[in-house]
Amino acid sequence: MKKILTTLLFSFITFLGFSQAAEVEMADTMRANGKIYVVVGIILIVLVGFILYLFALDRKISRLEKLVKK
Amino acid sequence: MKNLYKYIAVALLVYIHLGGLLLEAPRLNILNETVRALYFHVPMWFGMVLLYSISVYYAIKFLRNPLSDFDLKSVEYANVGTAFGILGILTGMLWANYTWGSPWHGDPKQNGAAIALLVYLAYFVLRGSVDNEEQKARLSAVYNIFAFAAMIPLIFIIPRLTDSMHPGNGGNPGFNAYDLDSRMRLIFYPAVIAWFLIGVWIVSLRVRYRLLQNQLSEN
Repeated sequence: MKKILTTLLFSFITFLGFSQAAEVEMADTMRANGKIYVVVGIILIVLVGFILYLFALDRKISRLEKLVKK
Repeated sequence: MKNLYKYIAVALLVYIHLGGLLLEAPRLNILNETVRALYFHVPMWFGMVLLYSISVYYAIKFLRNPLSDFDLKSVEYANVGTAFGILGILTGMLWANYTWGSPWHGDPKQNGAAIALLVYLAYFVLRGSVDNEEQKARLSAVYNIFAFAAMIPLIFIIPRLTDSMHPGNGGNPGFNAYDLDSRMRLIFYPAVIAWFLIGVWIVSLRVRYRLLQNQLSEN
């Protein structure tokens, strides 16, 4: 009895897991073959680029402030 | 130490971009993978509201004590806030195109946000149309309070009274209806902080630039 119950329970859990994965489509293929990291890499390059630009701008203004003070 | 918030903002940004793209997100119909857009679209609006709040704070400060520094800060916070709002509208339109079916759906929150942005654009028109510096500062400070008072109901109250497709609106109170599960909160809240700090950073650059400009034109 106990065996049957556990089997039923586990198959139910697997079924739940499967049905959810099957119903809602996500970018699972991209994650499976690792191409998602290409996207992440590209976005990070843009992000880091803009942040470096912002730091450069910050430094430029600081330098000008020093110059004006003199 | 003065630059600490910039490093915090950068660290949080890298974290939310990595986590926002790679960590588990809820599987929801219609939204599918686009649910992740929440990490990037909604912080634009939170950033805008926070920057506008600081702007109106300096507007009131200016009316109590007319120093040109307060006026300068008030304008620049409104300026960067508007940039955040425009990015919010654009990201929202792209998202709506694929989940609601068209970029402009006439959703009350979408319309309200657009009107709020127009109200703030009128603020810059008003500033541009007055020559006298003192008058410009005083008029625009008063208008800033009006614009803020119009923006809050347009974005936060009216969409809740009617039927909006934005989550948490159309009768649903508050934030929990945002169906943000705890995994999403882990990225969403740091994203709000990060983008707000980036906004403050850009404001500080603009203010310093304008102060330099003023100093140079005086000499």
